[in-house]
Amino acid sequence: MRNIIAICKRELLSFFVSPIAYFVITGFTLLVGFFFFNYFSLFLRMYQMSAYLSMRGMPLPNLNQTIIEGVYQTMIVILVFLVPLLTMRIVAEDKRRGTFELLLTSPVSVFEIVMGKFLSLAVIIFAMLSISFIFPLLLIVYGAPEVPPILSGFVGVLLCTLGFASIGMAVSSFTENQIVAGVSSMVTLLLLYVIQAPAESLDGTVADVLRYLSPVDQVQDFVRGVVTLKATVYFVSMITLGLFLSQRALDALRWR
Amino acid sequence: MIEVKNLCKSYGDYKAVIDVSFSAAKGDIVGFLGPNGAGKTTTIRMLSTYLPPTSGTATVAGYDVIAQADEVRRRIGYLPENPPLYGEMTVREYLKFVGEIKGVARAQLASRIDEVLERCFIKDVRNKLCQHLSRGYRQRVGLAQAIIHHPQVIILDEPTSGLDPRQIIEIRQLIKSLGQDHTVLLSTHILPEVSMVCNKVVIISRGRVVMESRLSDLTRDKSLEQVFLESVSHDEVVDAAACVNQGA
Ligand SMILES: Nc1ncnc2c1ncn2[C@@H]1O[C@H](COP(=O)(O)OP(=O)(O)OP(=O)(O)O)[C@@H](O)[C@H]1O
Ligand SMILES: [Mg+2]
Repeated sequence: MRNIIAICKRELLSFFVSPIAYFVITGFTLLVGFFFFNYFSLFLRMYQMSAYLSMRGMPLPNLNQTIIEGVYQTMIVILVFLVPLLTMRIVAEDKRRGTFELLLTSPVSVFEIVMGKFLSLAVIIFAMLSISFIFPLLLIVYGAPEVPPILSGFVGVLLCTLGFASIGMAVSSFTENQIVAGVSSMVTLLLLYVIQAPAESLDGTVADVLRYLSPVDQVQDFVRGVVTLKATVYFVSMITLGLFLSQRALDALRWR
Repeated sequence: MIEVKNLCKSYGDYKAVIDVSFSAAKGDIVGFLGPNGAGKTTTIRMLSTYLPPTSGTATVAGYDVIAQADEVRRRIGYLPENPPLYGEMTVREYLKFVGEIKGVARAQLASRIDEVLERCFIKDVRNKLCQHLSRGYRQRVGLAQAIIHHPQVIILDEPTSGLDPRQIIEIRQLIKSLGQDHTVLLSTHILPEVSMVCNKVVIISRGRVVMESRLSDLTRDKSLEQVFLESVSHDEVVDAAACVNQGA
């Protein structure tokens, strides 16, 4: 445990002296803020037209559905592009500058290296998402949304981001080139994000599987306030898979 | 302390280390000598558990480098060819991190750091970022990192490369003092360094050990230079001569 914490602390120190983490966190907050106010004005617009909508038998705008769902789903898209920037250096940089030789010849296990590094990513991600939580919080303070879906949605986005980070770390473990790691994880995550697209034209089991594989539907469960076993299993599996692949990649290095 | 038997390492088809055997007892300072590309770094990486051997065995501090790698890792201090520094950390932060992962007890960590800062002459750069250090200072921080946890066996890959003449003398003295309660294996291609620091020499050329001897046995009838030149093959004489003429 001490090794995991030592490695995590070291990675956090690197995050805070390098500009990347600041840029990513600032960029994420700005983008989420932008979309938040977009969805907010959309909601106002719909609200003003609500008399007209109800006359035609259409549903009234709902604060949760319009703003919260929109913002949370948009976060996932932004994260597909930003998480790789956080994860690309996490292992690749160690390999390039030779500090890997220090780690691998020290009495720390590959598991501890992987967990220490992942923990540092989790801390950064939690901080980043918490800052953006200001926007839903504004709604809670000044409006009257349903609060439980806002909280469960946050958990869903957090789990999804951790899944992305663990995939990104696995990709970073397979190369010593940060740019290669960044681009490959972006492509991988984007592919994962759109994987349900062919399901539109397919049916049967294949379509179901593709829909299950996409994080969009899984996050939607959480955002709607229903914490389903299916979605939880999905995210936990994604995180585990990433950690497992990282572990395998580094194990292979130790016994090359 | 170090027992190497028939160690081999191939990179694909290329045999970098062939049938290397030698040993070092407690308190020995072994000079691992050879021209460029002889296989010093490759051998050292196998002994430090970084690379697995293709065949053969090696025990370090009584443990097998493959089967009991973790026990070996607990007992060695290792300075790789390129000092493994984290540029964005200060020297002090870096040494604290290494101390933690090497298992130095929390209560002793601060005093261990102060001790190695003193011993490796890096006290005045302790708050500098590693990326701002000169080559020689990087080398010394790398050395400090290797001895912070009082390892039984210290493995140094070219510890004096990049140092200025005065630093070389200081570091050689430091290594000599380490020999009192550690076993040291250091690689070098500088011949005079071996006679100044070591009590045992292993010469490797083209992946093979060509000579293993105590220094006291050697200098009686022949100088180290003569032996070295005789033991490396003919087309390497130019390389070998360079080794003889180098050094402070
Ligand atoms: N990863 C690798 N892949 C392929 N060949 C390698 C690799 N590492 C080393 N070699 C080769 O193995 C041989 C021995 O290399 P090694 O680094 O052990 O030499 P050395 O004795 O440390 O030399 P130097 O004095 O220059 O440091 C060299 O011919 C080198 O080209
Ligand atoms: Mg070398």
